[in-house]
Amino acid sequence: MSENKDLLTWGRVFDIQKFSTHDGPGIRTIVFLKGCILRCRWCCNPESQSYEIEDMIQGGKTKTIGKDVTVADVFEIIKQDKAYYSRSGGGITLSGGETLCQAEFAEALLRTCKNYGINTAIETTLCVPFYMIEPLIPLIDTFLVDIKHMNSAKHEEFTTMKNELILQNAVKVAQRAKNFIVRVPVIPTFNDTEEEIIEIARFAKSLNGVKQMHLLPYHRLGYDKYIGLGREYKMGDVHPPEKEKMNALKKAAESVGITVVIGG
Amino acid sequence: MKYTVETAEKTQRIELLKKNLMVAKPTIETDRAVLLTESYMNTEGEPMVIRRAKAFKNILDNIPIVIRDHELVVGSTAKVSRGCQIFPEFSCSWIEDEFDTLATRSADPFEISDENKKILAGVFKYWKGRTTSELASSYMTPETRDAIGANIFTVGNYFFNGVGHVTVRYDKVLKIGYKGIIAEAEAELEKINPGDADYVTKAALLNAVIISAGAAINYANRYAALALQMAEKETDSTRKKELLNIALNCSHVPANGAETFWEACQSFWFVQMLVQTESNGHSISPGRFDQYMYPYYESYKNSPDFDKSFAQELIDCVWIKLNDMNKVRDAVSAEGFAGYSMFQNLIVGGQTAEGLDATNDLSFMCIAACMHVMLPQPSFSIRVWNKTPHELLLKAAELTRTGSGLPAYYNDEVIIPALISRGLTVEDAREYNIIGCVEPQKAGKTWGWHDAAFFNMCRVLELVFSQGEDHGKQISVRTKPVEEIATFEEFMDVYKAHMNYMISLLINADNAIDVAHAERCPLPYLSAMIDGCIESGKTVEQGGAIYNFTGPQGFGVANVADSLYAIKTLVYDQKKITISDLKKALLSNYGKNSSDIADKIRRELEAHGVKVGEKEMAEINKLLPADSNSSVYAQIRDMILEVDKFGNDLEEVDALAREAAYTYTKPLQQYKNPRGGAYHAGLYPVSANVPLGAQTGATPDGRYAYTPMADGVSPSAGMDTHGPTASANSVAKLDHGIASNGTLFNMKFHPSALEGVSGLESFVSLVRGYFDQKGMHVQFNVVSRETLRDAQLHPEKYQSLIVRVAGYSALFTTLSKSLQDDIINRTEQGSF
Repeated sequence: MSENKDLLTWGRVFDIQKFSTHDGPGIRTIVFLKGCILRCRWCCNPESQSYEIEDMIQGGKTKTIGKDVTVADVFEIIKQDKAYYSRSGGGITLSGGETLCQAEFAEALLRTCKNYGINTAIETTLCVPFYMIEPLIPLIDTFLVDIKHMNSAKHEEFTTMKNELILQNAVKVAQRAKNFIVRVPVIPTFNDTEEEIIEIARFAKSLNGVKQMHLLPYHRLGYDKYIGLGREYKMGDVHPPEKEKMNALKKAAESVGITVVIGG
Repeated sequence: MKYTVETAEKTQRIELLKKNLMVAKPTIETDRAVLLTESYMNTEGEPMVIRRAKAFKNILDNIPIVIRDHELVVGSTAKVSRGCQIFPEFSCSWIEDEFDTLATRSADPFEISDENKKILAGVFKYWKGRTTSELASSYMTPETRDAIGANIFTVGNYFFNGVGHVTVRYDKVLKIGYKGIIAEAEAELEKINPGDADYVTKAALLNAVIISAGAAINYANRYAALALQMAEKETDSTRKKELLNIALNCSHVPANGAETFWEACQSFWFVQMLVQTESNGHSISPGRFDQYMYPYYESYKNSPDFDKSFAQELIDCVWIKLNDMNKVRDAVSAEGFAGYSMFQNLIVGGQTAEGLDATNDLSFMCIAACMHVMLPQPSFSIRVWNKTPHELLLKAAELTRTGSGLPAYYNDEVIIPALISRGLTVEDAREYNIIGCVEPQKAGKTWGWHDAAFFNMCRVLELVFSQGEDHGKQISVRTKPVEEIATFEEFMDVYKAHMNYMISLLINADNAIDVAHAERCPLPYLSAMIDGCIESGKTVEQGGAIYNFTGPQGFGVANVADSLYAIKTLVYDQKKITISDLKKALLSNYGKNSSDIADKIRRELEAHGVKVGEKEMAEINKLLPADSNSSVYAQIRDMILEVDKFGNDLEEVDALAREAAYTYTKPLQQYKNPRGGAYHAGLYPVSANVPLGAQTGATPDGRYAYTPMADGVSPSAGMDTHGPTASANSVAKLDHGIASNGTLFNMKFHPSALEGVSGLESFVSLVRGYFDQKGMHVQFNVVSRETLRDAQLHPEKYQSLIVRVAGYSALFTTLSKSLQDDIINRTEQGSF
């Protein structure tokens, strides 16, 4: 595939954030792709879920969420921070939504970055057929893979999807990925017991080459967005986990012999 | 150079010294003013440079001296900690005018007793008609005075005060002592011939140098005697030993070259405090302390009794002393330089004259000293170049993380070529240090006049709309009515015409003050430590230094850039609003007030001596009826806010920002000062963006009248919405090299941005990435907005909270409310 064709590939993004230091190594630019397969109850970016372009009220103003862009458009913005990537070992992180819902766009963008010497990462749930993921693997320096729960029924209850495909893909991708990090959103009422976290940690540890697991504490920063989208916030008044609680979970997960970081 | 990263812990002594420093409120003392005046009265008719030397001697022979508890490095300019002396030879009428408000004013209050008011009032009678400021005033053209009156620029700093802004040859005093300098002057006297054309002035200067240097030796001897006296009475055996050692040190330095590291610290300090005592001014900058102190540290390090902890303690003691000096400014200047700051810039790292990395143990120990002392002085800086060791930057980042606003980071890769372009040799440029806020120069060779003015680029923009009038008076060139300006190019031309004219008046103002200083306040003691003066027989004011500059600062770059871009886009490109409507919107302060009336009231009040700031204007506006078009004007502002702004890494608007800065930096370069040196621009307002913003009407970037302007070359507060890298990239697109008197970029970080090792690494990469793109300077505030708000409400809880104000750090609670607000409102760059 020629580079030019890559640059002309269209995709739908809803945000580009520079100077991100918690989603992959170094200083990174995160490109948020619109559309997701799961509907996680705690999702802090509800505007990312639907592929459709939609309106959200934010700070009293109506904001259009989602924009169709070419890889060339996005790459112009990504390039602006090249100096910081070089100095920090950073680069670009594709996030979502679910990055892999727009696999063609993701592939074109990742290849464009790779060819330019920019480090690449994606944040994903891997909840798509493996053949869609496979061509991307050589283009990705770091996989940040969300593993939310080992119990498929509970996974489905809170995210609308079962976890089998995710776990199978995790095993396959880990075989070939350069760097694979398991990320667990710690959600009270869902997966915040030591047993549940240990179970995920064991799975992470069993994956080929996985050395790190991130515990991302639940937060309520998405609340206003639900209101702005005219949607119900299903988490009610669940409180973010306390620092002590997170430390206890970290300790529990570490007991299986894996490095655990709270936050990214 | 080999270096050790590990540093020693803070000792108990430093805590005690720090506590004692903060016990008393800053107080005005009169001894210097009285002794100076006494001497002047006795020397009428003698050459001015000799009179200055004799006055200096009279002060040093007689001023009360104290050794404070626990001190290892001694010498105080005032009896009370953080007290200050008065320098009536530069100006004094304002002090008398402000006697009764000094203690109660919002920015930098000072206590003054009724008795001292009386003493000073008596002294000031002598000075009427004899100060540098009065002479300077008489040298200015009426047009210049009008422009100053209209707040286009202010030259208040050197108009009211000594110049300061210098780094003298500490290294020379450390090496040969004042006896060595006296010997040099005597040798020079031997060489010159009474028949020489310049014999008279040269002989006078050399004699003045001999008197001044001798006075410094005698002053140190007084401390030696006092220490001995105190030692005799001291019952604590440890302290007794310390006092005896102090006595020994003071009897040996600065008369002779230093032999121990302790002596070197003591010698350094005498130089530092005595330059202040002679010349007033601020920004008397220690410069490359890690370089010139190193030989003494190294020989201590190689000695069998080396104690790294003690070496660290001595450095910490010097840091405490740097916070013991103080200076009273007039009420307006106090707002512009808020925080009792002395701007004593001390810098580590960088390169040697030969272009090798200069990092050594002391570079790290100086950073440690900042962390131990956690006070605003010294204004601590670090030089960064491509070969700066990563460990040094990480250590510096740790200091940044403390939230003290220190250090400021400087980019060798921009500054060295910039200085070479101004005529410095490569070797001298590589050895640069920073004066005051951000001004680079070569130590011991430069009289740089680095803080010559603040030039308000937004006030000049207002002149485009008024055909060069201010409140009905023609103060600039007459240009066509703004309504008749047909294209953006023409608009720029008109703006440039006003800029060029006002810059020429700025030159007149600065040169007038320059000449006044040369005639009335030559500085023989300081000149003895600047290369070129002894050889040429001229003081620094007369052009004796090797390098001579004048560096006035322009500010409001971001406001002008955003304004021009909004005008270009909305008026000329898209034709969405007419220039006439924009003018009306500006006059009505975007519908916020009936501006004309409010402004008249403001002027009336100010004519009666009432200071009218943002808060007062808001009160006035409440009383006025709303303009019927106010909603239209508010809409115009909304449209303006939608237009792209500087600070978001957007090509077009950033390119215009570069152009906007050029309207100041380029015309300035063609001018010369009376010392034969060139003008070169700085781009930063210190903290004057707040008080000078309060003198500036609404601007076409959507900024409301009388609110703060953008600080430094930073984007306007809140307008950079794409994160720190975008903000930095925009700022890096300005031409920093041409602003060789310094640029200032403020970033504010939430502490979480620097958490953990990875936080520090990211931070260092941010600095590196900005510098790769030819940024010149960057500094950081690491505090949360909430913390600052809480500090406003409960100042008592935050007495030691340090924030980076501009080119320096200050205690947040000592700043005025409006400056505090400005700092809070600067964009807080978060991390995700």
